[in-house]
Amino acid sequence: MEKKIVKIKVNGDWHEALVKQNMTLLEFIREELNLTGTKEACDEGECGACTLIMDGRSVNSCLVPIMEANGKEITTIEGLAKGQDLHPLQKAFIENGALQCGFCTPGMIMSSKALLDNNPKPTEAEIKGAIAGNICRCTGYNMIVEAVKMAAEPKS
Amino acid sequence: MDEGHSVIGKPTPRVDGIEKASGKAIYTNDLILPGMLHGKILRSPYPHAKIIRIDTAKAEKLKGVTAIITGQDAPKIKYGFTMAAAPESADQYLLARDKVNYIGDDVAAVAAIEEDVAQEALDLIEVDYERLPALFNIPEATKPDAPLIHEEYPGNISAKSGMEFGNVEEGFGESDYIREDRFVTQSVQHCSMETHVSVVNYETSGKVTLWTSTQSPFIIKRLLSRVLGIQEKDVRVIKPCIGGAFGGKTELLPLDVCAALLSKKSGKPVKIVYTREEEFTASRRRHPMEIVLKIGVKRDGRIMSRAAKIMLDGGAYSSLGQPAAFLTTLFLTLPYRQANIRFESYRVYTNNSPSGAMRGYGAPQVQLASEVQMDMVAEELGMDPVALRIRNGLRAGETTLSGLKMTSGSLEECVQKVATDSEWSKKYKNLQPFKGIGLSSVGFMSGSSLSPLGPFTASSSILIKANTDGTVIIFSGASEIGQGSDTVLCQIVAEELGIGMEDIKITLPDTDLTPPDTISASSRVTFMAGNAAKRAAFNLKQKLFKAVAEKLEANVNDLEARNKRIYIKGSPEKGVAFAESVAICQMSQKGMTIIGEGSYNPDPGPLDIHKGSGNYSPAYTFGAVVAEVEVDRDTGKVEVNKLSFCHDCGRVINLLGVEGQLEGAVSMGVGYAFYEDLIVKDGNTLNPGFLDYKMPTVLEIPEIKSVIVESNDPGGPFGAKESGEGAVSPVAPAILNAIYNATRIRLTDLPVTPEKLLRELEKANTISK
Repeated sequence: MEKKIVKIKVNGDWHEALVKQNMTLLEFIREELNLTGTKEACDEGECGACTLIMDGRSVNSCLVPIMEANGKEITTIEGLAKGQDLHPLQKAFIENGALQCGFCTPGMIMSSKALLDNNPKPTEAEIKGAIAGNICRCTGYNMIVEAVKMAAEPKS
Repeated sequence: MDEGHSVIGKPTPRVDGIEKASGKAIYTNDLILPGMLHGKILRSPYPHAKIIRIDTAKAEKLKGVTAIITGQDAPKIKYGFTMAAAPESADQYLLARDKVNYIGDDVAAVAAIEEDVAQEALDLIEVDYERLPALFNIPEATKPDAPLIHEEYPGNISAKSGMEFGNVEEGFGESDYIREDRFVTQSVQHCSMETHVSVVNYETSGKVTLWTSTQSPFIIKRLLSRVLGIQEKDVRVIKPCIGGAFGGKTELLPLDVCAALLSKKSGKPVKIVYTREEEFTASRRRHPMEIVLKIGVKRDGRIMSRAAKIMLDGGAYSSLGQPAAFLTTLFLTLPYRQANIRFESYRVYTNNSPSGAMRGYGAPQVQLASEVQMDMVAEELGMDPVALRIRNGLRAGETTLSGLKMTSGSLEECVQKVATDSEWSKKYKNLQPFKGIGLSSVGFMSGSSLSPLGPFTASSSILIKANTDGTVIIFSGASEIGQGSDTVLCQIVAEELGIGMEDIKITLPDTDLTPPDTISASSRVTFMAGNAAKRAAFNLKQKLFKAVAEKLEANVNDLEARNKRIYIKGSPEKGVAFAESVAICQMSQKGMTIIGEGSYNPDPGPLDIHKGSGNYSPAYTFGAVVAEVEVDRDTGKVEVNKLSFCHDCGRVINLLGVEGQLEGAVSMGVGYAFYEDLIVKDGNTLNPGFLDYKMPTVLEIPEIKSVIVESNDPGGPFGAKESGEGAVSPVAPAILNAIYNATRIRLTDLPVTPEKLLRELEKANTISK
């Protein structure tokens, strides 16, 4: 298969790479850039473990052909913390017990971030709607919803 | 119940929280070794067939292919999970030699420079099969003239188990009311978000290192050495971060063996990752069961007699089936006092995918039968279901007929609390039509005293190394699989040593470096590894106390460790910092490293697994669930408005962890009740992906109200017991009982789909409440 050059901005830095055109954005992120925080769990867009943010919207990166991501701006879970300083969502997930095995966590946090970026004070229904595409097998979700609420209303 | 604890009982964030929330936690699939190849496994398209010929010539010529193996490349040694304790249970060549026994059975494996190339190579391997008649269900497999799936197992019986105590017939004779019912449960899968992954480096020296997604590294080490015919000392298993397990990552699986053999052949490390489809079709699943349960009660509700015949569809191989057959009978002895019992179970081979262990391990199936039938009995006797449960519920101090010793808690307390919390007495029989409320109870174990490795091995050991900067490192072989056990172990050590959580590190299990721990299963880690950690910390503390006592010219017994200091009780100023105590101790021992060691091995007394007698766990838990539902009469759809549950987990070590485990268990129970169902036709799994196999999302989770009953178990670390595994069982029966309360329709099989309920509603036509 003919390879093509793509230019993608990931967590603030532009990356240029020669890639197979049948590559997915998930493969690019994990295998080309070694950003392994983004997880693969179903490879058919049903579980949300591979969620990242592309041009401000949350996407299942396993369903995004690499050429579609060309020229776009991507944020992965690794792009949230500023050095040692965690993002409010990350802190809230830890404090609320919103993660157990942690495998769905990056995707869950990225879906939540896309929500809060566009809607800083969501209702509970809006939070549930935003993470309805993310499966968590461990927590039963309640603590995740609480964590997103907490991150949305930081204590002053 | 604080009792002056600094760490125990407090909601404590996970010790691995930051790594996981920041995407930095390293799971097995995140590992890359220099020169690493990617492996794929060729699977049987037939449910039952002889392998006549395998030709790998074309595949070998494909550019990028490095190694190909078939069953002939593996030693002729059969595998079985319990092979170390019961060699006769070994029935599976992890790479098939002459015969395949289910669709998905492992036939050959390829290693290549890329996964795509390995996949392409699989298509080039030619296999000639001769099809054999296949058996897809229990009636077919148990016919007298049915072909045998494994020659050594007559009647296709993979395992059987039974227990009889008292005189069941006499018990029925003394009963005022007797009934017998049949229950059927479906096949479901763990659906850990992380699929199975194994990375193996088979060194030229003969040493093998596995990084594998497992909940039992020490079992993997032993079993891999057995099936490869090499010495145990040459196998090292390291468990990275695990993305969920739920019983599905207990066993040695073909990917471990194939990666090892491919690595040996190619001389390079090999990674194999199961796809989600392989996870559904070629790993393990929960046993589907048919349960016939007969009960006899007195008019006042006392259980006089219970008899059960349980049939398990084991699929093609023994897997964890021997213990499963036994546990179905054992779990029927909980949580009720019974005057006479006779339970028998038969695990049957079929040409379906193999069934293994999954959260609850036999309990969700038999407790569904038990709890729905209790609801039927209450109805017939005109007794409140709450009163019937309390009438028969076990409590601390009692020993069951088969010998289980209740050491703490009571079913009554759980049932009372959940009834109060859900306003049961106000709602039961007083709800609007099509609204219903249902109750269910459960009893579970806190760790099994049996080990798949044989006697004297059901143990946990912990080492703690103290550093002169006041920190300690816990060396633990217990597997954190998401359940929060690393956090619990750190809390226990922090409490015992009087230091902070921030002063403690805990290692990954590594069979070369950490002391052994049998397995993270049967709800044993908090109880068993927790006891080992407490003892190790105590052992370390005594060494530090001795050195500090000499320095302070004080009595060892007068010292206390708290707030990062060791001091004379009542006089915190008369002491030294914890860090200094380590330095003093090290000096006094000529520079020796200061280590605390502790282990725990249950002391069950005599166990006779053939009779089912004995005390199989050091402690037992109780729980109860109330479900409140609303049924849509036009669509058959059931809305669960609220689930209240109560669980007796002994003393809570980490409130955040316990609540998380319980809510997760409830979520899995909701999935079992309504959505999850592996549809298998002629051995083919028709829905092997998340698109068609449905699990609860956030939108399917009802309001959950949890009440934790704290008891103080005399044997548990700080009084703690199990949480999270027992809680999965009572959810589905509580929902079925609530549906009955709402509609008078008695469902006895899972899952409850709108189609099924609507059909029943139409059949019943008129509903009176």
